Amino acid sequence: MSALSDYRRREQSISYSAEPAGMGLEQELMTINMGPHHPSTHGVLRLILTLEGEIVRDIKPIIGYVHTGIEKTAEQKAYWKVIPVVERMDYLAYYFNSYAYCGAVEKLLEVEVPKRAQYLRVIHMELNRIMSHLVWLGTSCIDLGAIGVWWYCFREREAVLDLFEMSSGQRMHTRYFQVGGVIEDIPRGWAERVKRFTQTMRHRSEQYSALLDKNEIFLQRMRNTGTVDEETLLDLGVTGPLLRATGNPWDLRKAAPYCSYEDFRFKIPVGTTGDNYDRYRVRHAEIIESCEIIDQALDGLPEGPFITEDRKVALPPRHELATSMEALIHHFKLVTEGFRVPPGEVYFPIESPRGELGCFVRSDGSSKPARVHMRDPSFVNLQATAPASRDTYIADLVATLAMLDPVLGGVDR
Amino acid sequence: MEITRAKLGQPLVEGGGEQFRIRQQRARDMLRGDLTDAELEQYVEERVLTTTLDKVTAWARGNSMFPATFGLACCAIEMMSLPGARVDIGRFGFEAFRASPRQADMLILSGRVSIKMAPIVRRIYDQMLEPRWAISMGACCSSMGVFNNYALVPADKFMPIDVHVPGCPPRPEALAHAILKLRSKVHGNPPKGWRERYEAEGTEEVVGDADRPGVNAINVFQSGETQGA
Repeated sequence: MSALSDYRRREQSISYSAEPAGMGLEQELMTINMGPHHPSTHGVLRLILTLEGEIVRDIKPIIGYVHTGIEKTAEQKAYWKVIPVVERMDYLAYYFNSYAYCGAVEKLLEVEVPKRAQYLRVIHMELNRIMSHLVWLGTSCIDLGAIGVWWYCFREREAVLDLFEMSSGQRMHTRYFQVGGVIEDIPRGWAERVKRFTQTMRHRSEQYSALLDKNEIFLQRMRNTGTVDEETLLDLGVTGPLLRATGNPWDLRKAAPYCSYEDFRFKIPVGTTGDNYDRYRVRHAEIIESCEIIDQALDGLPEGPFITEDRKVALPPRHELATSMEALIHHFKLVTEGFRVPPGEVYFPIESPRGELGCFVRSDGSSKPARVHMRDPSFVNLQATAPASRDTYIADLVATLAMLDPVLGGVDR
Repeated sequence: MEITRAKLGQPLVEGGGEQFRIRQQRARDMLRGDLTDAELEQYVEERVLTTTLDKVTAWARGNSMFPATFGLACCAIEMMSLPGARVDIGRFGFEAFRASPRQADMLILSGRVSIKMAPIVRRIYDQMLEPRWAISMGACCSSMGVFNNYALVPADKFMPIDVHVPGCPPRPEALAHAILKLRSKVHGNPPKGWRERYEAEGTEEVVGDADRPGVNAINVFQSGETQGA
């Protein structure tokens, strides 16, 4: 008998049922505090845990430790100056934040976004999705003790950030999306580099699964832990990979296509049981699907303008300023006051790496929004912490929290 | 083999002791008037010994600092790529991130500090052992950055910061540069507490009545009081 099977037999003989080993002694509940400074809460989440032995009986998240007042600040800025502020909410999905906001404003303005701009947005958003999932995978594996995966994930993350830097000049919070399009066309050679990256990424994501999928410890900690059924998640309003892990193929890119997503062929990965392992598999498969979308968008990238020709909304090109008086006036008006938006209110949902990211904008006709509100998926998904980790071991709580992937910047805003 | 016996304190070599006494005499002449006799002996002894030791400890400290694992917001993601393969801060000995502030001697404030978070950051800083250093990473915790609103508070308002890193967020290379700046500061400045370093004696946060000093102060603990420490 080999050593491995012996090890497996010993592992399987241990009962993992969440029953306190009482030995006839009186047990009492203990309330402990976890966070806001804790390495495995992925930010500044604070949890009040009620424990019976090692088993979590109740859990109460306390949020607000990175409350930044972003929604209020957005009301004090002109529409186009809000973009950098909302980008900093969910700091792993900045392209999605800015797109949700820009899309809402474009809907209010009824601006037509050129096809090339839409494709460029799709490419950047899918690159961003890959980057977000890489950070999630790396940090989650640190929590589970698999620090090696983190190094590989962050190696690929640097490659994505290099692409962002090449197209926009910044690694994070790029402010690349504008109302009506994108700020500038992609530089020469960028498309080839992205192609090279997607090829590498497919290969590398196979390497990740080779590292993790045959790892006995990883499987023991992932399989059948943190399971939540579909009805509970739907009742809580949970979306994204968490919902798809239970088998519900709800993805706004397919359900309500926006930004030319209907042009691309891609699959929606779903799980079966909704445990932590399914959540990991769904996100892992999404990385490869994002590569598919990027390749298709690069192949079919249409020619044409990268931002709307509507001079009331978008800045005129630089060369026009020297020749056209009208362009100068438009430039001056846009930079000083900004454009005005007709009164009304709109809700614009998109599929962020964590679920439905919706932006609500109400306009009163002035050049500043009367209200900007974000329906952030991290905030809603955080509610699943309690049903997922009640009556499980506290060690499984850490794994479940990692697989829920909350970003506290998005929760608190 | 010939065994040479000599009195303790006497030179073995003929004339060697004489030269040493002449050198000592010259050194005393240079300091005459300031110190005398036993005090002078003690002074010379302490100078020679302590300066070299301090240099050695400062060198060791500056090359093996343990940062606290403490992330706040966007900058934390860039801070995380610091021990990664590209920047590899492990080259300089800063890669051992510690989860407990008691094991850490450098706090990197990575991100925006909200008013709700500020007392906790301060408590974490107080729990670190002296000598300790702090880096304020990014615009938000240096100057409230792009937000500049009711919710945030700059780090300088509630704790001493050694190095500020500009950027929103700063690149990992910028943070690595800041850490190397801090290292040269540690090397050049022998370890002192931050109050001594910034000439801030008398700024201890002691509020409340004079009879019971330190009650309500967030960083002063009475004897026997261990709550929150």
